[in-house]
Amino acid sequence: MTPGSATPAVSVEHLDVDLGGAPVLHDVSLEVAAGELVGLLGANGSGKSTLLRAMVGVQAASAGTISLFGRPVKDRRVHAKVGYVPQFAAGGGSIPATARETVATGLLGPGRWFSRLHDPRVDSLLSDVGLSGMADRPITQMSGGQRQRVMIARALVRSPQLLVLDEPFSGVDVATQDAIAAIFRRLSQRGTTVVVVLHELGPLSEDVRRAVVLDRGRVVHDGAPEDRPLFDPGHDHQALHEECLGQEIHP
Amino acid sequence: MTIAPWDLLTSDIMRYPLIIAVLIGLTAPIVGTYLVQKNLSLLGDGLGHVALTGVAVGWLVGAWISASPQDLLAIPGALVASVIGAVVIEIVREVGHTSRDVALAILFYGGIAGGVVIIQLAGGGSQSLVGYLFGSLATVTATDLVIAVVLAVIVMVIGIGLSRVLYTVTGDEEFARASGLPVRAMNILIAVIAALTVTLAMRIVGALMVSALMIVPVAAAQSVVVGFTRTMRTAMAIAVVCALGGLVLTAYVDLPPGGVIVLLTIACYAVSLILRPIVQRLRARRTEAESRSGVSEPMPADR
Repeated sequence: MTPGSATPAVSVEHLDVDLGGAPVLHDVSLEVAAGELVGLLGANGSGKSTLLRAMVGVQAASAGTISLFGRPVKDRRVHAKVGYVPQFAAGGGSIPATARETVATGLLGPGRWFSRLHDPRVDSLLSDVGLSGMADRPITQMSGGQRQRVMIARALVRSPQLLVLDEPFSGVDVATQDAIAAIFRRLSQRGTTVVVVLHELGPLSEDVRRAVVLDRGRVVHDGAPEDRPLFDPGHDHQALHEECLGQEIHP
Repeated sequence: MTIAPWDLLTSDIMRYPLIIAVLIGLTAPIVGTYLVQKNLSLLGDGLGHVALTGVAVGWLVGAWISASPQDLLAIPGALVASVIGAVVIEIVREVGHTSRDVALAILFYGGIAGGVVIIQLAGGGSQSLVGYLFGSLATVTATDLVIAVVLAVIVMVIGIGLSRVLYTVTGDEEFARASGLPVRAMNILIAVIAALTVTLAMRIVGALMVSALMIVPVAAAQSVVVGFTRTMRTAMAIAVVCALGGLVLTAYVDLPPGGVIVLLTIACYAVSLILRPIVQRLRARRTEAESRSGVSEPMPADR
């Protein structure tokens, strides 16, 4: 699919999300065409990660609807098209998995409950992210950048049509950031939809043509990145809670 | 009198328990690996307590229908009760607002209290539960063996056959959900195979010590190997050796099998702790050599 195809890759309509009774997203509507590369920006606590998590069905909505490729996000079948990189590279529970084991889990999906550790796609992705020699090392013994590469390989191994990433550059050195950005650029050129949460555009500044900016749970800008409003980087969840609830949450 | 090893295999008292011991050694660490992964190490303990209520209910029903022996339905009762308990705790954990440790505590106390009260109603006393609490070889029958084989096959088919999915769900639930995996169903499945393993093991190891065979071999394996699959396989090997070794030991020395088996697993854990720094040093040396030879390449700019 290319940008402009009839069915959007992501459609969010009048989304509200509450966390622990506190509103985090209010009336968010957003459409992402297939093949688009969209940056979700905002200060800490603006709700961008919550929006991303709601998009992939990890965070329940309080109101509103979310569709992926024309199907409700609750329909597990549509998740076969999604590759997801969470904000914090999970260590794989209490028993650390190896890079190979972790990437192989990316092959699983609705109706696909089996995957081989030595699948050629796993080897190929590990090689693509420069970790073929560390395939059997536990990811807990890797640097933050290496672990992030494993998570990206895990998301890409299923050849997703929609790649959703939450701050993929955090804790990653500049050279690796550029290399990761090059992967997103290549995927976008090939028609993969990419939605990425960023604090700053950074290495994607030349590639992101559409920036969606959130502030206190609302979309305040949706358009060219250069026209986006500046946000206060000091704004955080604390302030959001206080403003939404109209009360102090300090003891 | 000295017992020859061959006699152990031909003795009616020992043959069935030895086979069941191997099955326990194979299955308990499979379940234990997922429970450790989920930080739910005490679930097996909670289910062991609930299984006691099931044993007592089995006795009660057995008394009503004048079954012979009276505990004929004890293990089926334990099976039903622990499976129901496993499903309930998973649902309470997910949809309720109860934290895991509180839900487990309720399971612990409710299970043991239910067992003691119901066994009294069945005309027995707390003594009737002792064999199930601490394990006993004298009570193992051919029916128990058949039940154990069936349960072990189910646990192994699910635990090994679905290992990738279960690993993903227990290791990174958020990613599993985003991938479209049936997270709730898999969590319930893990709780159910834990219940089956408790039922399978309680005859020999005892309800109070079942959980140790699930968890301690996994903890020992974690000290010396890396990776999820290797940890599970190593834990299985440790548990089989301990279960068999403990049982054989009790044929020569009059000791309770459950306690001996669990103490052996703890001894293995202690040995693994001693080996741990050595293994870590060797691993660090290899990592250093790999780093020098550049196994972690910079990420290719574009391909």
